[in-house]
Amino acid sequence: MAQPFAQPTAAPAIPDRLPLKAVAPWAVFVGVLMLVLLYFVGAEQGATSVFNGAGVHEWVHDARHLLGFPCH
Amino acid sequence: MNSTTVRNLLVRGMLAGLGAGVLALIVAYVLGEPNVNSAIGFEEAHAGHSHGDEVELVSRGLQSTAGLATGVLVYGIAFGGIAALAYCFALGRVGRFGPRATALLLSGCALLAVYVVPFLKYPANPPAVGDPDTIGKRTALYFLMMLLSVLLALAATLLGRRLAPRIGNWYATVVAVLAFAVVIALAYTFLPVIDEVPEHFPAALLWRFRLSALGMQLTLWTGFGLLFGELAQRLLRPAPAAAEAVPTAP
Repeated sequence: MAQPFAQPTAAPAIPDRLPLKAVAPWAVFVGVLMLVLLYFVGAEQGATSVFNGAGVHEWVHDARHLLGFPCH
Repeated sequence: MNSTTVRNLLVRGMLAGLGAGVLALIVAYVLGEPNVNSAIGFEEAHAGHSHGDEVELVSRGLQSTAGLATGVLVYGIAFGGIAALAYCFALGRVGRFGPRATALLLSGCALLAVYVVPFLKYPANPPAVGDPDTIGKRTALYFLMMLLSVLLALAATLLGRRLAPRIGNWYATVVAVLAFAVVIALAYTFLPVIDEVPEHFPAALLWRFRLSALGMQLTLWTGFGLLFGELAQRLLRPAPAAAEAVPTAP
């Protein structure tokens, strides 16, 4: 009869860690870029504007409401 | 295990975010849009303000299709990228979780910290709800709540990691989650209340709108966790398919 609770043989070691030094530059540059994208989807031409007019606001209007951002 | 891996994970995160964005877009279009349209119908029927007189910059047809898609997909890609970067920090540092489990765990925490916690204080509002004059205040409070929630989640994670060697994983996790909940409850109590639902706005419509908004996020983050976990697993543990089937460790 098979053992009901077979111990896993040779469980893999704790998974690979990425050195913080390798992640940091990506996190800073790409992180900022991603936050800029989120700003344009979530807030541009609402409370604050980088560009004049309301084109960006109107274009992403429905997404902004449904994604939970205050729209107007 | 270096910068190349980070770049590969980042690209996969953005792709998984795009994929999850497509799933969320389907939910948004099918479940969310009818509520947006009903709310706009209410707004027009009770046109107290100038909305109707303005020149329509983008038609409703475009807003509810291409515009919605742009917003949701860019949101998916951006959060996919950010989540992939967070994943690079979390992998191997939050307990004995493999690449897939870490991805799903991270997605669940991101859903809570980025969306659910701010949502419970400042929920999503359909058109017609919200006074245009207070947009500045509402935007600031929403982003403040989001920032607070994300920073507190990070702090709670670090706290749990620090406590784990002394009191064990279980109690360290319980204490960290409790600390997070207490500070969030304080923020809920002391941040100002926003109540700008117009008179006679249908309560059922507001409820359905908010549920559909929540459903979108649930889809987005669950989809992201599963997709990204799969891609990360293949990148980090390139094993032949047969080895996968052997039930050793998760």
